Amino acid sequence: MKTVIHASLSSGNTLRRIRRNWGLYLLLLPSVVLVLCFAYKPMYGIIIAFKDFKPALGITGSPWADPWYKYFLKFFKSYQFKTTITNTILINLYSLAVNFPLPIIMALLINQMQAKRFKRVFQTITYMPHFISTVVMVGLILIFLSPGSGLLGNIYKLFGMEAPNLMGKAKAFTSIYVWTDAWQHTGWDSIIYIAALSTVDVCLYEAATIDGASKWQKLFYIDIPMLIPTAVILLIMRVGNLMSLGFEKVYLMQNNLNLSASEVIATYVYKIGINSAQYSYSAAINMFNTIINFLLLICVNQISKRVSENSLW
Amino acid sequence: MTETALNRGKTDNLKDTKQYSLSDRIFNFVVYSFSFIFLLITVYPIYFVVIASFSDPYAVSGGKVWFLPYDFTLDGYKELLKHSEIWRGYWNTILYTITGAFVGLAVNIPAAYALSRKDLVGRKFIMLLFIFTMYFNGGLIPTFLTIKEFGLYDNFWVMVLPFSVSVYNIIVARTFFTSSISEDLWDAAQIDGCGNLRYFFRIVLPLSKAILSVIGLWIAVGQWNSYFNALIYIKNAKLYPLQLILRDILIINNVQSALGTGEAAQIALRLANLMRYSIIIVSTVPIMIFYPFVQKYFNHGVMVGAVKG
Repeated sequence: MKTVIHASLSSGNTLRRIRRNWGLYLLLLPSVVLVLCFAYKPMYGIIIAFKDFKPALGITGSPWADPWYKYFLKFFKSYQFKTTITNTILINLYSLAVNFPLPIIMALLINQMQAKRFKRVFQTITYMPHFISTVVMVGLILIFLSPGSGLLGNIYKLFGMEAPNLMGKAKAFTSIYVWTDAWQHTGWDSIIYIAALSTVDVCLYEAATIDGASKWQKLFYIDIPMLIPTAVILLIMRVGNLMSLGFEKVYLMQNNLNLSASEVIATYVYKIGINSAQYSYSAAINMFNTIINFLLLICVNQISKRVSENSLW
Repeated sequence: MTETALNRGKTDNLKDTKQYSLSDRIFNFVVYSFSFIFLLITVYPIYFVVIASFSDPYAVSGGKVWFLPYDFTLDGYKELLKHSEIWRGYWNTILYTITGAFVGLAVNIPAAYALSRKDLVGRKFIMLLFIFTMYFNGGLIPTFLTIKEFGLYDNFWVMVLPFSVSVYNIIVARTFFTSSISEDLWDAAQIDGCGNLRYFFRIVLPLSKAILSVIGLWIAVGQWNSYFNALIYIKNAKLYPLQLILRDILIINNVQSALGTGEAAQIALRLANLMRYSIIIVSTVPIMIFYPFVQKYFNHGVMVGAVKG
């Protein structure tokens, strides 16, 4: 708000511009009100992480925790601290290693297809799994991997072997999570790279052809360098989210047998907060996570700004 | 985009008159074999669910179903008809999807237009206000408490109103407005004495059908598929969306079904197994048949959004 007031003092012109454009502010009103109520008001609520929150007393009325970092300490000391953080980072890193390059490869592949019909069919089909809901996706995983009746079990039976119960193995959890994600989203995530490739000046290819460049050379010296700016931006965003992991799929894939590999910060926050109603504790864990994430994003962005010219802001 | 494609077509024709070199032929071979592998991996699991939903469950679990339905049956679909909670969930989801798309458009599109106008005082500040929420938020519990405070807990509207602002969608729509609606148009309208609101509703909106459909569809797909908000904010089973019902059938019961023995339990298990395939089909088909028709819009929309916001 400060900037607005400041600007209007410096010139009467600004005030007139605000008044003349009152209609635009009216158009902005619903979204601004909603954001203030449901995004910024909860940010104020974060202070319950430093309080002994009691629903009856409300956020302001609840007493401060003693010491103020009590719930953070509780988390650092809890045996879940190491597990949840390791799992969160591990799943994310694994996912980064697989799901960051795959869409790039697919986009390069699509870009090379000369048969237009085939290209369109290919795109339509590979985008499709993206529209499957998380619940159905996890349902599919359970059905396919069920050793007794699933597709995997049947394949094992073909070779006369007994299928392992993969969903019950903690070791297999991360791989299942990451590769099913790859199955579902690689096609869709490639769209942004296809868009980037479609802006490449055709003259470049023509010049390269005249100079006798092979297709491989065009791929390595034109297509891939052209994707780097887009890739860097997406990489920043992903690394910035390294500590935040979608709750939805992990939670649905969890069971008692794989919990040691599948308990991540988001699911732990949910269980502590919603299931056992330890509001302050849950808020503290969540806040710790958000801050680490935020710092990570700023760092990565800063590094990228120095090293290359790509940055989010 | 079409121009580039055309030009590329031309160069390809030029090349066709020449012989492909060996390395280029290997290249093409690699491209198409990888594509076929990708296609197969994507298509087969989906195809399997379709044929399994029409097959006898014993044949499915016995490994007899590979390429075509075995012992064709519609029992799975008939069984679905008996479960009224599924259809109530279906109906709720349709309501959430339609209302959610309308609310989302009504909230995000006007904001995006206002923010696309360079003469809006405070534009940068308001944009910052929005973007900050993409990277920082109050977290689960503070948000939960806020929702309760507003009396939205276990309420129809919690599914469509509080989280309807999508900063990503605003950025995409704003980029569309800056690039596709000429500023001269506004200058001309102003000279004719047209105000901001009338200009937006009478002139901008009719020119923005593409972006309206893209964003509307994004929101609709998101609503159709989401379960998180319902899991946290909806207690009353009568308000459950389809995805929560699916979660009961596909995921929670999946664990329990292994426990039963005896003949009755066997029959129940058989139906439950079969129903799992058919419910996946019934819940996913609406989006799947809808989407190829709008695919060109989706591509367009993502492309617009690819421009850094």
